[in-house]
Amino acid sequence: MVLSRKDMEELAVLAQIALDEEELADLQSQLNNLLRYVETINEIDTENVEPTFYLLPLQNVWRQDEDGRQPLAAEEVFQNALEQERGFFKVPRIL
Amino acid sequence: MEIFDLTAHELSDLLEKKEVTDIEITSAVLKRIHQIDGDIRAYVTITEENALHAAKNVHERRNKGDALPPLAGIPMALKDNICTRGVRTTCSSRMLENFIPPYSATVVDRLLENSAVLLGKLNMDEFAMGSSTESSYFFPTRNPWDIDRVPGGSSGGSAAAVAAGEAVFALGSDTGGSIRQPAAFCGIVGMKPTYGLVSRSGVVAFASSMDQVGPLTKDVRDCALVMNAIAGYDPLDSTSVKRNVPDYTTFLTGEVKGKRIGVVREMIDDGLNPRVAEVFKKAVNKLEGLGAVVDECSLPVAAASSVPVYHIIAPAEASSNLARFDGVRFGYRAVPEKGEKYTLEEMYMKTRGKGFGPEVKRRIMMGTYVLSSGSYEKYYIKAAKVRTLIKKEFEQAYERFDVLITPTTPDLPFLLGEKVNPLDSYDSDKYTVPVNIAGLPAISIPCGFVDGLPVGMQIIAPAFREDSLFQVAYAFEQNTPYHRERPPIKRRASEEKAKGSDIDD
Amino acid sequence: MTKYEAVIGLEVHVELRTKTKAFCSCPNEFGSEPNSNVCPICLSMPGTLPVLNKSLLEYGIKAGLAMNCEIAHYCKFDRKNYFYPDLPKAYQISQNDFPLCRNGYLDIEVDGEVRRIGINRIHMEEDAGKLLHGEGKADYSLVDLNRGGVPLLEIVTEPDIRTPEEARLFLENLKQILQYLDVSDCKMEEGSLRCDANISLRPAGSSVLNTKVEIKNMNSFKAVQHALESEISRQQKLYETGGEVVQETRAWDENTGKTSVMRAKETASDYRYFPDPDLVPVVLNDEMIDEIREGLPELPAARKQRFIEEYGLPAYDAGVLTSSKELADYYEECVRGYHDPKKVSNWVMVELLRLLNTNSLDIKESKLTPSHLIEMLNMMDKGTISGKIAKTVFEEMFVSGKRAAQIVEEKGLLQISDEDQLAAIIDEIIAAHPEVVEDYRKGKKKALGFFVGQVMKKTRGKANPQIVNKLLLARL
Repeated sequence: MVLSRKDMEELAVLAQIALDEEELADLQSQLNNLLRYVETINEIDTENVEPTFYLLPLQNVWRQDEDGRQPLAAEEVFQNALEQERGFFKVPRIL
Repeated sequence: MEIFDLTAHELSDLLEKKEVTDIEITSAVLKRIHQIDGDIRAYVTITEENALHAAKNVHERRNKGDALPPLAGIPMALKDNICTRGVRTTCSSRMLENFIPPYSATVVDRLLENSAVLLGKLNMDEFAMGSSTESSYFFPTRNPWDIDRVPGGSSGGSAAAVAAGEAVFALGSDTGGSIRQPAAFCGIVGMKPTYGLVSRSGVVAFASSMDQVGPLTKDVRDCALVMNAIAGYDPLDSTSVKRNVPDYTTFLTGEVKGKRIGVVREMIDDGLNPRVAEVFKKAVNKLEGLGAVVDECSLPVAAASSVPVYHIIAPAEASSNLARFDGVRFGYRAVPEKGEKYTLEEMYMKTRGKGFGPEVKRRIMMGTYVLSSGSYEKYYIKAAKVRTLIKKEFEQAYERFDVLITPTTPDLPFLLGEKVNPLDSYDSDKYTVPVNIAGLPAISIPCGFVDGLPVGMQIIAPAFREDSLFQVAYAFEQNTPYHRERPPIKRRASEEKAKGSDIDD
Repeated sequence: MTKYEAVIGLEVHVELRTKTKAFCSCPNEFGSEPNSNVCPICLSMPGTLPVLNKSLLEYGIKAGLAMNCEIAHYCKFDRKNYFYPDLPKAYQISQNDFPLCRNGYLDIEVDGEVRRIGINRIHMEEDAGKLLHGEGKADYSLVDLNRGGVPLLEIVTEPDIRTPEEARLFLENLKQILQYLDVSDCKMEEGSLRCDANISLRPAGSSVLNTKVEIKNMNSFKAVQHALESEISRQQKLYETGGEVVQETRAWDENTGKTSVMRAKETASDYRYFPDPDLVPVVLNDEMIDEIREGLPELPAARKQRFIEEYGLPAYDAGVLTSSKELADYYEECVRGYHDPKKVSNWVMVELLRLLNTNSLDIKESKLTPSHLIEMLNMMDKGTISGKIAKTVFEEMFVSGKRAAQIVEEKGLLQISDEDQLAAIIDEIIAAHPEVVEDYRKGKKKALGFFVGQVMKKTRGKANPQIVNKLLLARL
């Protein structure tokens, strides 16, 4: 078993997802199964093989530093925000 | 045939000949939606008024004698992870249940520039994670060929809508088979273009290095028409490729003589449903009969390791892509009980714990783990290296073949609720996933039926050789009857019907 | 008693003055209204994608070249994943294992000696937004994302710095260079330059690496120096009393002049870096790098040397005049219009800098332009105004921005060189002070000065001193 119960709890914090007892237990067994399954690729020899992070041979894609689009209007900035105040997004107090 | 049964090019011809009006077409399809979507449940949002307004607009322009593109006046719909300015875009998630983007995806802009008519937004697996559309937060979508079965996924709403005549065509997105597998399950054409050919801008990301948008259509010519509209460079997407996009309809010659076609040996073996195998074999013989040169081809690494590689890389990217859903600027936010207060971390964790469904949470957890210190080398880097080998294996195969073919799925559409173990359903993508790992273009076309359920054939080409896909697919299609079949939709007893989809007014 | 030496490394974040943000085309400026400078991309709305601003890359290369770095031929962008409300994607686009620049150095002068401070790396990244914590007992914080996505360079030094003073000098040099390159304002007080420091102590001469402490929250170069000084004495006391220095992050408090624990030993934040699949690698060839190298402006050290050689200035003066690009440009503009560089240097260094200082103005804000100064110096040479009057004129030019000639005319400050007019005044004074005339004639030569002073008083400084002298001598 790769992932212990404690690992699962730490992972949930790292992913910032609240999980109840049942979910944690289910996920622990599912992820352990999945990990066992994906580990089959360890049998493949990848000595001297470079990893592929980019599928395309693209490089040096950039835009010129020119005046671009207008910023969003306040109405659209906050259209989907649940909590806002005086033009700020609002979150529970930090610190 | 009814209007809603016709293809885009057929409707375009009728419009040209003034045998039908743009308004009649959109009205007919909307009527079809009202008739059967209570059973199929393809739509999450229907923009009826906007659609009628747009159709009227095209109609007036047509009457004025304006030159209009082939998709003008054609009613279509979009998978609900494709952002539409002013129209809610939910990803079939509680997280985005009320999200209204102030922008449209580039593909949407292009379709609207072509005067296509937007009918609404289509159901999907939540955040495109799944193969059955059962992980939608709202409701599952049904397969028009058998409403007890799934339409496939994650673009299940797109495939079901097109198959059932609830849209003339649709767009979906494909990260591991999410266009091709539902297209196969619903007996229509679905294409995943080469990575980088169609802009991802405005398409809610699942796995950025594999996501591509593509068409789901009733036949191959429609697929080419839609590709003509959506393919091409977009400065808003850094992974979009600058190259000239040909008119894809020019490759619809009906000719496959001498085309070298490889049948992937590992994808017609034990794991394949024997009845699907039978249908597929007939299809291969058909191609051979049409003059194609068919031989076996072996992709041992791609066949065995693509799915594991996929289940490392895709969740890794997803865990990061979906981190932005934190309840601050948009989307669902958990609210404390009266008298209670959340700390910042509680707000984050509860928002994400309640806003995401189980499949999404599973993948985020998996992705978080494979990127975490201590696992990164073992899983993520290893998978990225195997990815290199898979890519190479395809490249080598294309030294001998113009295209490769496989069944699109190893099995027939399954029953709703049949695959409860999440790992089981991962299997149904095993022939489609390698294509995304390597970034190649592939198309699924109908190639027969088993007990009234459609079977799809997948054709895979080298990068940016969509021309070959169209050529082979069209030749096969024009010499077979399957694309003309329409599902005999059997309606469920009315008490079983859930409430109708949301309808904009 | 053991003597200790400090081992200090700095991590500096510099906001770049590009026109637009790093990965979207929002203007790179902070409006007064919160969240008024944001778009779907820097709000991280679903489906949006980053596209690299070419200036971010170019400014980064310039900075790297100016700090003698190797410029990478291959670099890429990575995602640094962590949740915080000022980071809307919950990941920062940064560079992890393939940064833009490596292995550079900066030479600084400490007590007349050159010290070489190594630059470990410079990489490109995006800034976060700003958080406002509710007043008093408010139970919320507010998020403004105007700054979110502004391009940053992160500059990391080797632990080569040995004293707090060196740390300050390094930062001053860095600021000078980046300002010369015109890539950043480097205003630490305004946050366009931010600096964290890592510091450990060890017995002088030893090469061990002891537990290091990270210091944050320093808002000026002086604060960096003071914070490090305070931290050295804190750590030294611990070592001397058998205490233990623990690995932690401490915050500098300007008011108490002390550092205090901010958070204990990093709870190993796991940033889960991986290559950003939404961006593609940057591949640079020598040609591209050389092109930028050729376009680099003259840097402070070279300019100082040239000022010494070309204008015959003392090293100190040359150092002051090249301390900022604007000042050096100002000086050279004056020198182009006036023949005596030394004289210009005196006016700029003594008078102009004094006035700027007392008025807390920047050279860019000075109403007194080089052409103002040149005109005034020419008037002095022609005898139109005296040196004494010139100071008055200079101050007036500084305040009002009027030209020297106008001020002289309006205030009647023209030098009086008319002999008849002066003779009349002199005669009057001589007549009024017969006893002083007596003293002078008895050999008390100092009395001459008394008469000159009286004439100047009478003419309010406008009398031509040479003529006054001549006339006085003739009469006495």
